Amino acid sequence: MLISHAPLIRPSEITPRDVYLNRRSLMLGAAAAGLSAAMAPRGAEAAQLEASPSPLSTDEEPTALEHITNYNNYYEFGTGKEDPAKNAHTLTTKPWSVKVDGLVSRPAEFDLEDLLKPVTLEERIYRLRCVEGWSMVIPWVGFPLSEVLNRVEPLGSAKFVAFETVMRPDEMPGLRAFFNVLDWPYVEGLRLDEAMHPLTILTVGLYGETLPNQNGAPIRLVVPWKYGFKSIKSIVRITLTEEQPPTSWSKQNPREYGFYSNVNPEVDHPRWSQATELPIGQGIFAKRKPTLLFNGYADQVAQLYAGMDLTKFY
Amino acid sequence: MLQITDVAREPRLSKALRFRLLRATLYWVGFAPAVWVFYLGFTNQLGANPVRTLEQELGIWTLRFLITTLMVTPLRDLTGISLIRYRRTLGLLTFYYALLHFTTYMLIDYRLDLQAIAADIVKRPYITFGMLAFAILVPLAITSNDRMVRRLRGAWAKLHRWVYLVAAAAAVHYLLVVKSWPMEPLVYFAIVAVLLAYRLGKHLRRRRRRRPAAA
Ligand code: HEM
Repeated sequence: MLISHAPLIRPSEITPRDVYLNRRSLMLGAAAAGLSAAMAPRGAEAAQLEASPSPLSTDEEPTALEHITNYNNYYEFGTGKEDPAKNAHTLTTKPWSVKVDGLVSRPAEFDLEDLLKPVTLEERIYRLRCVEGWSMVIPWVGFPLSEVLNRVEPLGSAKFVAFETVMRPDEMPGLRAFFNVLDWPYVEGLRLDEAMHPLTILTVGLYGETLPNQNGAPIRLVVPWKYGFKSIKSIVRITLTEEQPPTSWSKQNPREYGFYSNVNPEVDHPRWSQATELPIGQGIFAKRKPTLLFNGYADQVAQLYAGMDLTKFY
Repeated sequence: MLQITDVAREPRLSKALRFRLLRATLYWVGFAPAVWVFYLGFTNQLGANPVRTLEQELGIWTLRFLITTLMVTPLRDLTGISLIRYRRTLGLLTFYYALLHFTTYMLIDYRLDLQAIAADIVKRPYITFGMLAFAILVPLAITSNDRMVRRLRGAWAKLHRWVYLVAAAAAVHYLLVVKSWPMEPLVYFAIVAVLLAYRLGKHLRRRRRRRPAAA
């Protein structure tokens, strides 16, 4: 998983986009040469990750790292966009373990290293659309969530997957606030078929390095066709359930945030339009662009919702 | 006689001059935050989402000037310090900031996409409240000069009492802009609530005092 030598480029892979992607991983490889192969003990000390390019990546230009790491919604570290970058360094991300339980035949508590040992990390360049009407393009490093779910063998009765963020008031100033903006810990959920979808990934890195704390270190979910808040950060528990699990934002305001929260320009948030989005990192003259159904991933995911009324299941 | 008025006019003139100087300074200082955020915006120093940051900075400064304007009367009542002469300037600064805030939204954020803006005004409560506040500020700004004060007389004071509705709408606008219930909009809401409650209290007390006399 970690780089010790630069990945090889197979000549067969050389099409313009692959050239671009390989150049990226080649650069990562070069940068990693000579670095220790240990994961960063703290999110602040990023370590290089080896990741192979993925055909599921978009070829859009990624948003600058500076913006991805300084414009975050991570309310455990404050409600301001720059609060997480300022405050999240206090989170201890090593050691880290993730409990996977519920309706599975082999429940387990995985050490992060054990969780990652058998997987091949991929670079997935995904669009991210925030419910607040802005968007980024982010080169994540991760692997399909399905690999973990398959390892624990879901029972036939499992219909949903619930996720939980770590809750540490002594390391998270947002949890010590005068009153709670959300009911902690942060929880999220997916339908099992959404969780098993190849686009759904567990993510450990960003721009070829381990995740900074403000982006959800050491391990987070990324579901690119849903609004950003579904992609829960700093996961400590994954539970398979029969009933639809509660999710933080829909608990806070069920009329404004549904369980599905698929990106959909036709279904407005009650307080703002979802028809357009403002791309991050393009300065004061950034031009709004139309938001796409399922954030542009309709070809891959629309069949998951065939026959459903998306205005009702928002 | 002649001598006396001449002597009296001298300090009065310089007092007027001092007032004008102070008022000009207030304008310059008042516009400084706007100049500063536009400077940061156009030199790409407003971070990841400069359009929204610009919008938010201008919005929060509008509200700050509005609150400052509304504090003039209680400040005089409670401490005897009178800034009444500067209240009009503060009110106009509120209006200019609202105008910049609104223009940023129209031109920089939505690029005059009138259809989207119209939909926003009708469908988004926070934009509806913002528009309501701004729409009321316009006639108040237009009638803020001496000529209008003289021409409208009693009606002028009545008209300018609409500023209380502006404050209420603006505070609600801010509450609705944000997700969940973070601290700042609640604090601003509380300040506006106290300032409006103060007026209401004063009004009720005055009416109670007047009623027995009329009976
Ligand atoms: C007296 C009038 C107004 C006042 C006092 C006011 C005040 C504010 C305040 C305090 C904010 C929040 C700033 C922050 O988040 O830090 C804000 C945001 C905003 N206001 Fe206003 N506003 C007014 C009128 C308007 C009008 C007329 C419009 C447009 C039609 C408007 C559109 C917006 C927008 C788009 C935002 C940013 C929302 C976001 O963060 O996405 N406002 N305003």
